[in-house]
Amino acid sequence: MSQEKTTREPLFSAKNMELLRKPLNLDNPITVQVLGICSALAVTVKLEPAIVMSISVMMVTAFSNLIISLLRNTIPSRIRIIVQLVVIATLVILVDQLLKAFAYDVSKQLSVFVGLIITNCIIMGRLEAFAMGNKPWPSFMDGIGNGLGYGIILVIIAFLRELFGSGTVTFPVIGELRIIPQSFYAMGYENNGMMILPPMALITVGLIIWIQRSRNRELIEEKK
Amino acid sequence: MQDLLNLFVKSIFIDNMVFAYFLGMCSYIAVSKTVKTSVGLGIAVTFVLFITVPVDFLLNKYVLSPGALSWLSPSLKDLDLSFLSFIMFIAVIASIVQLVEMIVEKFTPALYNSLGIFLPLIAVNCAILGGSLFMQEHELETLGEATVFGLGSGIGWFLAIIVIAAIRERIRYSNVPAPLRGVGITFILTGLLGIAFMSFMGIKL
Repeated sequence: MSQEKTTREPLFSAKNMELLRKPLNLDNPITVQVLGICSALAVTVKLEPAIVMSISVMMVTAFSNLIISLLRNTIPSRIRIIVQLVVIATLVILVDQLLKAFAYDVSKQLSVFVGLIITNCIIMGRLEAFAMGNKPWPSFMDGIGNGLGYGIILVIIAFLRELFGSGTVTFPVIGELRIIPQSFYAMGYENNGMMILPPMALITVGLIIWIQRSRNRELIEEKK
Repeated sequence: MQDLLNLFVKSIFIDNMVFAYFLGMCSYIAVSKTVKTSVGLGIAVTFVLFITVPVDFLLNKYVLSPGALSWLSPSLKDLDLSFLSFIMFIAVIASIVQLVEMIVEKFTPALYNSLGIFLPLIAVNCAILGGSLFMQEHELETLGEATVFGLGSGIGWFLAIIVIAAIRERIRYSNVPAPLRGVGITFILTGLLGIAFMSFMGIKL
């Protein structure tokens, strides 16, 4: 839809960097657009699967945005959902096979949630809202930005849940680090088992939204 | 028979799609503003899950799982097509949703009007694909089990969205802190409901 073809923009112009920065806070896919929660919360018990999941989603969002943006003038609008689904599903199969080959344990932990990236609303949402009407490079940047915005929330939730739930933090490659020292346990500190259970993921998101919206008053919803 | 009943109860309450696996959360949050629309979406999701899970079960059993094609010819018994399952499942779901939409429009226009825009949107609802993927993951054995699992998961999702919609209709009259209004309080409420639903976990089936 944008028809400014007169001057070539530099690749990292202010406008393009804005596309990358906005989803991190003011236009965050999870806390503001409320997309892609489906597969997000179940993988946040430990930090490692959360990081792997964020990278996978970022890759799929970026490349599906790029591909759909390249094809945007040739896709008939009646069948666009099917075309988008095929592109996304192909990328997700690639990610799944790569994970199975190089990170088998994590891919077992993620189980069906890798497949569920296909129906992750962030990806469909960004394709519909951005890639169908913009040039390939901004679309790619938008995909990376939204993937990062998704990842940052996932990592925060997973960090908090693992720290308070198990007293450890697990990074990919490095492995498990014990943060809360053994002497705390000797003095009677107990892990909060509640943090590992599914409902706490939702409550943690709720609290993150609370903090974010208190800091950015313009995000507060109108009272009806 | 008792196994089927166990699976049915388990998939509604214990393995609830929303509270235990967070599936279908996008539409769950976006649509649950009033009870009326949530009932429409809930029925549509239940209906589509009830149909797609058994169809994907047959597809998985006779085409995709390792050696499944040996009914065609014995030479195919080493073939493993399971890497294709995502794309096949989503294709089946998208086409069944399209088919269901046409059938419902033709034979029960009243239901079609009440479901409205929700039917086509269901193709990208994670609960539907999740149902099929869990069916594959749990290695359900018979068509009956798959059907019951699909129906039970659908009803579980239906229950969840109606409960939250009713609460959201009431919470409009309470004094929620401004930054939590809308989405924030819905997350926290869902978490609290999830804690309540966890009490079903103790049931041994």
